[in-house]
Amino acid sequence: MSDVVVGTLLMVGGVFSLTAGIGLLRFPDLLSRLHTGAKPQLIGLVATLVAIGVSTGAALDYGILALIAIFQIMTAPVAAHMVGRAAYRAGKVREDLLITDELSRDLAD
Amino acid sequence: MTVVVLIAGAMLGVAATLTLIRLIAGPSRLDRAVAFDVLIAITVVGIGMEAAYNRHTATLPILMVVSIIGFVGSVAVARFAARRNSE
Repeated sequence: MSDVVVGTLLMVGGVFSLTAGIGLLRFPDLLSRLHTGAKPQLIGLVATLVAIGVSTGAALDYGILALIAIFQIMTAPVAAHMVGRAAYRAGKVREDLLITDELSRDLAD
Repeated sequence: MTVVVLIAGAMLGVAATLTLIRLIAGPSRLDRAVAFDVLIAITVVGIGMEAAYNRHTATLPILMVVSIIGFVGSVAVARFAARRNSE
C-alpha cells in the first residue's frame, strides 16, 4: 500500500519536473518561464518530501521534511518576485504577450 | 516500484537536459537564473527520489542546503541584473 503511494508521489515529482523542462524550453518570454519554473520547485518538491516521509516512516525526520517544505514554500515566491522585478526594470518583459500590465499603469499614476 | 522509479528518473533526466539547453541558450542573464533555479529543484527532487526509494534519510541535510543555495543564487543574480542593465 505504501509502495503505491510512494510510487504515485514520485511520478508526480517526475511529471512536474518534465513539464517544467519542456515549458522552460518552449515558452517565449521570461515571465512565462518563471511560471513554469515554479512547478518542480513547489509541487514536485513537496510530493517528493511526502514520498520520503511515507517510505521511511521515521517520525523523527518529519520535522526536517516539514522544515525543507516550509522553507521552499516561503522562498520560491520571493525569488520569483525578485527575478520578475529585475526583468521588468531591465525591459526584458515582452509587452505584446501581456494581457494586462497593472504595474506600468500604477507607475504612470 | 523499481520500474516506477526508473520511469520517474528518466523524466528527471530529460527535464534536466531541457533545462540545461535553456541554461546554455539564454538569451538573457535572468533566463539563465530561472533555468538554474529549475535545475536546482530537479536536483533536489532527484536526491529525494533516491532517498524515498532506498528508504533512508541520510541525504535530508543535503536537500536543505541545496534548496537554500538555489534561493540565494537566484536572488543574487536578480540583484546583480537589476543594477547592470546590459545583457
